[in-house]
Amino acid sequence: MSANQWLDDDAGPIVRPYALIRGRTRSSGDTFDLIATVSTIGEPTSDLGPEALQIYRAARSPISVADLAVELDLPVGVVRVMLGDLRDHDLIKVTSPSAAGSRPNEGILKEVINGLRAL
Amino acid sequence: MDSVLSEDPVALKILIAGGFGVGKTTLVGAISEIRPLRTEEVLSDRGIGVDDIDGVETKTTTTVAMDFGRITIREGLVVYLFGTPGQERFWFMWDELSYGALGAVVIADTRRLTDCFPSVDYFEQRGTPFVVAVNCFDGADRHTVDDVRIALDLDHDVPVMLCDVRRRTSAKEVMITLVEHSLRTLTAAG
Repeated sequence: MSANQWLDDDAGPIVRPYALIRGRTRSSGDTFDLIATVSTIGEPTSDLGPEALQIYRAARSPISVADLAVELDLPVGVVRVMLGDLRDHDLIKVTSPSAAGSRPNEGILKEVINGLRAL
Repeated sequence: MDSVLSEDPVALKILIAGGFGVGKTTLVGAISEIRPLRTEEVLSDRGIGVDDIDGVETKTTTTVAMDFGRITIREGLVVYLFGTPGQERFWFMWDELSYGALGAVVIADTRRLTDCFPSVDYFEQRGTPFVVAVNCFDGADRHTVDDVRIALDLDHDVPVMLCDVRRRTSAKEVMITLVEHSLRTLTAAG
């Protein structure tokens, strides 16, 4: 029998999610909106943990906070704390759609209506 | 590649609300690629009596899975759908979810119409544009949209429609009605 027989997806993570972020539940600064866009702005100089590196790589093309959590299969709260760290190191920027006061304009909504019709 | 589009992507958020088991997941799945989103929330005292925390009194967070769907209209314009957690004890999550939302779909089941009262109240109070989609379950009495409007005491401008959340065309119609309603609300507000 394999020594790894208990270590499959059903067994859950070996390392609890909050251990990855050293027990923190809140990121530095503001909470990131679920649909805020994350994009990379710098190159990592120091060693990032594997999950932080995954986030950094996934954000090379802009991606939402919610999509990051789904793709990395991590709880949103954990992703947010890691994003806070990456931002503190000037490696990423997070653009919040709702904080910018950018209520969708008429043109965008009409485009959405047409896009939905075309689905 | 158009650099303006890639630098300023527009993301819109639509909430799918309604009572437990009313078809929120089905609706999100009918119109978008659905994926479960794990969140964890700080347990509030509202969880007391519901969450059995005997022996784990220090537990302060609980995991909540939300339905999450994405509709890409074009590159740089994406609509995100979030199924709101149905149980009342997760009400506190709604404030974050509804912040900046374009609007909401409240799904109603005429067999237990009261289940959607809290959602209707919530969006009315917050001023979030919403539509009521009456899911026509097999075996459920067909009520007219006017009956539902009266029973829910809705403002005259709130769209009410019958739908079958399993059908993509029906789900599409609900979403289009919502965005059109949001557009009217937006232009009326100036």
